[in-house]
Amino acid sequence: MAFPGFKLTWQGRRKIKGGVHLESRKEFTADKPIVSDLLLPERLYLPLQQHAGQPAEPVVRVGDKVLKGQLLAAGQGSISAPVHASTSGTIVALEDFPAPHPSALPAPTFILEPDGEDRWVELGPEADPFGLAPEDICARVDAAGIVGMGGAAFPAAIKLSLGRRTRIRTLLINGGECEPYLSCDDRLMRERAAGIVDGIRIMLHSLGCRHAIVAVEDNKPAALAAMLEAARPHGFIEVAAVPSLYPMGWDKNLIRYLTGKEVPANGRSADVGVLLHNVQTAYAVQQAVRFGRPLIRRVVTVSGGAVAAPRNLEAPLGTLLSELLAYCGHRPDRTVRYVMGGPMMGDRLPHPHVPLIKGACGILALSAGEIQAEDAKPCIRCSRCVTACPVGLLPLEMMSRIRTGQTDAAVGFGLEDCIRCGSCSYVCPSRIPLVHYFKYGQGELMARREAQRKTEETNRLAAEKQRRLERTRQEAAQRKAQAQAAASGGAP
Amino acid sequence: MYILFAVISLTALGLALGFMLGAAARYFKVEDNPLVDEIERMMPGSQCGQCGYPGCRPAAEALVAGQAAATLCPPGGKALAEQLANKLSLEIDLAGLKEQAPMVARVSEATCIGCARCFKVCPTDAIVGAPKHIHAVIADACIACGKCVEVCPTECLGMHPVKTTLRNWRWAKPEPMAAGA
Ligand code: SF4
Ligand code: SF4
Ligand code: SF4
Ligand code: SF4
Repeated sequence: MAFPGFKLTWQGRRKIKGGVHLESRKEFTADKPIVSDLLLPERLYLPLQQHAGQPAEPVVRVGDKVLKGQLLAAGQGSISAPVHASTSGTIVALEDFPAPHPSALPAPTFILEPDGEDRWVELGPEADPFGLAPEDICARVDAAGIVGMGGAAFPAAIKLSLGRRTRIRTLLINGGECEPYLSCDDRLMRERAAGIVDGIRIMLHSLGCRHAIVAVEDNKPAALAAMLEAARPHGFIEVAAVPSLYPMGWDKNLIRYLTGKEVPANGRSADVGVLLHNVQTAYAVQQAVRFGRPLIRRVVTVSGGAVAAPRNLEAPLGTLLSELLAYCGHRPDRTVRYVMGGPMMGDRLPHPHVPLIKGACGILALSAGEIQAEDAKPCIRCSRCVTACPVGLLPLEMMSRIRTGQTDAAVGFGLEDCIRCGSCSYVCPSRIPLVHYFKYGQGELMARREAQRKTEETNRLAAEKQRRLERTRQEAAQRKAQAQAAASGGAP
Repeated sequence: MYILFAVISLTALGLALGFMLGAAARYFKVEDNPLVDEIERMMPGSQCGQCGYPGCRPAAEALVAGQAAATLCPPGGKALAEQLANKLSLEIDLAGLKEQAPMVARVSEATCIGCARCFKVCPTDAIVGAPKHIHAVIADACIACGKCVEVCPTECLGMHPVKTTLRNWRWAKPEPMAAGA
C-alpha cells in the first residue's frame, strides 16, 4: 500500500485525477437508524420550484382541502417536475417565501396546514413494474415528481427517457456519498437495500439495459455488504467499492474509474453509454412505480458541531430546516454557518427558516471549529490546488485572472469546466477562497450571456421600431400627396 | 378625371424618385469600415445617446477612431466594455470599473394619464398600453435609456434598480485579499 495507485490498477480500475482526502465526520450519524416517525409540523412550505428547469404550475387554489400525495402543481415546459402535498390538510396560501438558496430570496411557495389525519389520496393501482411498457414507467416516474436526489434535482423521468433514445449500456447507481457528514444514502442502503435493488431493476427495465453498477465508497462496509446481499440474486447488478476520495461521486470520476470511459469535456455521460442515478432516486422510483407513491418525503442528514443529537431523518418535504434542526438539538448560539447539502458543494444558507426540498441531502449547522478561516493571504504558487483539481485545471491562474476582471482569460484556463467542487480551496495553504472566485466568474459568464441575448433582442426591437416609423412616415407622405392631388384636381 | 390623372402621375413620380434614391444609395455608397459595422452590432443599437454621441453608429465610429473610451456605453455595462476593449485591443482597468446596478424603467400606475408620450420615444418598444390607459414597461425589452422619464408629463415614470430574483442572483466577488497578492 505504499503506492495508493497500486491497488487501483491491480483491481483493473482506472486511476482518477486529483481529489482530496477529507475528514469524513460521518460517524456522528452513520450508526443511528433513520427516524421516520416525526411529528407533523404546524405548517409545510412547498416551493413550486424544487428542481432544475421551469417551476411547476399550480393546479389547486388557496383554501382547497388536499390529501396526502395529491397533485398541487403540475410540471410545465420541457424540463420540469410536479409538486405534491406531503400530508393532508388545507392550502392556506400561495405566496413568496424564502427559498433554500444561498440568497434565501423569496419564491412562490404553497403553504399547507396539516389536518393531522395524514390521509392518502387514492393512489393508482399497484402494478407489476416488469409488465409495464418502458414509456409507462417513465410516465409514472414523471407523475411522481421524482428528481435527482443527490443534489442536482434534475427531473429523473427526462434522464430515463433520454436514456432510452441514446442506448445506455450501463446504469451507474451513485452511492458514493463522498462529502463529509452526509450518511443518508449510507443508511438507506443499509436499511432498504431490497427497495433500492428493486428500483434499479425497474430502471433497467425501462432503459432496456442489462447491466448496473452500484458504486459505494469503501468506507461504508455495512452498506456495501447490504447491497451485495440484496443484489446477489440478480447477476446483472454489480456492487463495486470505490476509494473514499473526494470528489469520487462526481459523475465523470465514477465513470472513468468504473468503466474506464472518458466523458468528453462538454459532453454528457449518456455519450459514453452510461446513465447515472443516486441511490435515493432509485428508491423513490421503486416507491412510485410499484406503489404509485409520489415523492413527498426524503431521508436527510442533520448534523454539524452545533447539533447535539445529529441523525438521519425521513422528513416530509416542506418542513422547515429550522424545525428539523431543532428536533436534533440545534444550538443556534454555537452555529456559525448553515449549509444545505454537503459542506463542500452544498449551498450556504443565511438562515435555516427555509423548507426542505427534494434535492436536499444534508442540513448542517457548523460550529466555529469546523470551518476554514477566511483570512486569505497572497498566493505562494505552491501548486497544491493544481494537484487537487479533479478536472485538471489551474485554479491559481484562473483565480488571478478573475480577480483582475479578465473573465475571458479565465475561460481560456477552463473556467467553464470547473465543477465548483472546492478541492482547490480546501488544500490552499493561503486560504484563498478559490471556488468562490469560480462561482463568481461563472455567474459573470451567465450574466454576460444573458446580456448578450438581451442586446440581440433589443437590437431587433429597435430595428423593428425604425422600420415601423419609416413605414408610417411614407404612408403619411403618400396620403398627403394624394390629398394635395385631390385638392388641386378638385378645383378646376 | 383630373383626380385620377393627378394620383397616377404623383404615385409614378414617387416611385421613380424612390427608385433613384435607392440606386443612388447603392452606387454612391461610401466604403464603410467593416470594424465600425462590427462594433455597431455589438452595441445595444437603441440610439439612446447616453454616450454623448447621436447614436450607436457615431459612437462606434468614435471608438474606432480612438476618440472614445471602451466604457462609453452605460446600457452595455461592464460586459460590453470588456468586449470592446478586447476587440480594439484597448487597455482598460476592468477591476476598477464600477458596475453600476442595472436599471429598468417603471410606470407608477397611480399617476399615469395614458398620454402615450413615453410610448413614442421608447427606442425598443418596451412600453405597452393603449392611449388613455395606464402604460407599462416590459422589463426584458427596456435598455434603461431614460428617454421615457424625460417626456413623461406626470413624472410617474422612474428608473429603478432591477430587482434581484432567484433567476438573476449571482455570487458576489470575493473580498480582495491582504496586501500584495
Ligand atoms: S494552493 Fe493556494 S497558494 Fe498554492 S498555488 Fe494554489 S492558490 Fe496559490
Ligand atoms: S473548484 Fe473547480 S478549479 Fe477548484 S478543484 Fe474543483 S474543479 Fe478544480
Ligand atoms: S428607459 Fe424608457 S424609453 Fe428607454 S428603453 Fe426603457 S422604457 Fe424604453
Ligand atoms: S408618459 Fe407618463 S403619463 Fe404618459 S403614458 Fe407614459 S407613463 Fe403614462
